[in-house]
Amino acid sequence: MTDGSDASSVRGLGVWLTSETPSSPLQARCIQIYLGWLGLARNPLAMLGLAIVVALILAAIFAPLIAPYDPIAQDLQRRLLPPGTPGNLLGTDELGRDILSRLLYGARITLYVVALVVVTAPVFGLLIGTVAGYAGGWVDTVLMRFTDVFLAFPRLVLALAFVAALGPGIGNAVLAIALTSWPPYARIARAETLTIRNTDFISAIRLQGASPLRIVVGHVMPLCLSSVIVRVTLDMAGIILTAAGLGFLGLGAQPPLPEWGAMISTGRLYILDQWWVATMPGLAIFTVSLGFNLLGDGLRDALDPRSGR
Amino acid sequence: MSLTGSRFSGRGAWLPSRTGLLKGGRVVATLAATLLGLLLITFLIGRVMPIDPVLAVVGERATNEVYEATRKAMGLDQPLIIQFFTYIREVVTGNFGTSLLTSRPVIQDIARVFPATLELATVATMIGVALGIPAGVLAAVHQGRWPDHFVRLIGLFGYSMPIFWLGLVGLLVFYGKLDWVAGPGRLDVFFEDVVPQVTGVILIDSLLAGDLEVFTNALSHIILPASVLGYYSLAYISRMTRSFMLEQLAQEYITTARVKGLSETRVIWGHALGNVMVPLITVIALSYANLLEGSVLTEIVFAWPGIGFYITNALLSADMNAVLGGTVMVGIVFIGLNLLSDLLYRVFDPRAG
Repeated sequence: MTDGSDASSVRGLGVWLTSETPSSPLQARCIQIYLGWLGLARNPLAMLGLAIVVALILAAIFAPLIAPYDPIAQDLQRRLLPPGTPGNLLGTDELGRDILSRLLYGARITLYVVALVVVTAPVFGLLIGTVAGYAGGWVDTVLMRFTDVFLAFPRLVLALAFVAALGPGIGNAVLAIALTSWPPYARIARAETLTIRNTDFISAIRLQGASPLRIVVGHVMPLCLSSVIVRVTLDMAGIILTAAGLGFLGLGAQPPLPEWGAMISTGRLYILDQWWVATMPGLAIFTVSLGFNLLGDGLRDALDPRSGR
Repeated sequence: MSLTGSRFSGRGAWLPSRTGLLKGGRVVATLAATLLGLLLITFLIGRVMPIDPVLAVVGERATNEVYEATRKAMGLDQPLIIQFFTYIREVVTGNFGTSLLTSRPVIQDIARVFPATLELATVATMIGVALGIPAGVLAAVHQGRWPDHFVRLIGLFGYSMPIFWLGLVGLLVFYGKLDWVAGPGRLDVFFEDVVPQVTGVILIDSLLAGDLEVFTNALSHIILPASVLGYYSLAYISRMTRSFMLEQLAQEYITTARVKGLSETRVIWGHALGNVMVPLITVIALSYANLLEGSVLTEIVFAWPGIGFYITNALLSADMNAVLGGTVMVGIVFIGLNLLSDLLYRVFDPRAG
């Protein structure tokens, strides 16, 4: 392929993406996403957040290639080495394991927890919220009361009680976090549904004979998605912090898994003399949560101009 | 909008009306339903756990007859729904069972540890309010300039930092390296049990006993955990103050006040902030409730003998009565604070019917 045709095809894509008159639903959707992206790209802090999140994902995928050592390989001769030691950039822990390698592999656990919570809790919340909002009446009352009960607990305390009942472990920690984080999504989805359900286009679909299920799943849910997605991005930091908190209490991932919260928990014993063992994983958690928070703020500003400054 | 500001609108507002009573009834019904749901959740958690509650009482080597007899005595042979009603009756009368760890009734344990959490959360809220409100006001007044960005950054850091890690780093720096504050715990060992326990809140008890030495020691113990916890309420309070202030500063009465020639200080800190105080009170109550959550992890880091420390220790030794009792207690306090914030709003803002 020559340079000329390459450039023209890129220009063609640009024209296609900025067209005022899209010729297909696909093109309209792409234009929408592209404009949203332009709004996001104008915000340097959001871009920083995106960079951090992308770095986390890359670290998780390529951990075996980048990590200098096996994250659980012990070397008691080289225990508690300070950061900057040749070969151990961030130092070693109490069993001589390389902290940098453990952090890189820990990114996988963090991402795994976040991904699992994100594909369960918002979906459940969306379902409860849209059904409650569309059905109204006693269905609405019962479902929302149910939601309020879950909101009546501090999240971490409820998660603690769940993990206490189910037993410690990363799977149960995920389940506990998911069980405690769906109510806000239900609230948001219900509020959106209440504004959507009385619009003319929903009446039109109803008159065409569409079943309530079809209306809720096919027409109401997609319109609630963008507010739920923004909320999800803003919640990811909270999910990471809760997971780390459970790990810190010894209720999440079990040793020798390099979970960041659990790493802080063992580092706590050495905090006064070997500060890096607990400090490094904390910095990792902080950076990643900050990344998600910045990205979430940016997404909210880009997708919802009303929320403004 | 109200030019008179949101002060009390005469005596009439305090007399109960028919709609007021109806609303009150609805609030009580909602509250009862929420509490019932809360108990249902803890009850179900207690039933799905893999630990056999009978075995925990009779021990591994009990004979079958003893096991069955105990099971009957504990009511575990009854249908679940009957068990649930029994559970509600017990909880209402304040009976959460006996803690395996301390061999005392759970309710007594909770009464013993709760003041510690209360003390920590209160001092933390005071710090959050004292710093968060001025920070929020400054951010709103200088919207879009560096004080605004600075306050936003502080808040963002607060939302992103693991609280237990911040506590550890605080211990490392201010206790380990600088030696400015006392270490974990509520008091140094030789100050323990020096002052008689009246309220369980050491800062108050020591003042009642007139023992300044104990007071200073307690203060030096509480200041770090309370600051760590207070940072989180600061992040929340400053953000809310900022957005409330921006809303008020755009109102016409502010322009009127400025045109009248009032000083900028009086316009901002008197007029605008005065009207912001009503919604802020509810925000403060909510942040106080949220501190209960943060206090669990903070208490672990600082070995602070409060409710979070109690629940976690019970959890690690599979002491289910204590875990569930503590969880119910925290839930009740949480609901109570939410209700309180709602009520305060209704009382202080005459526009909220």
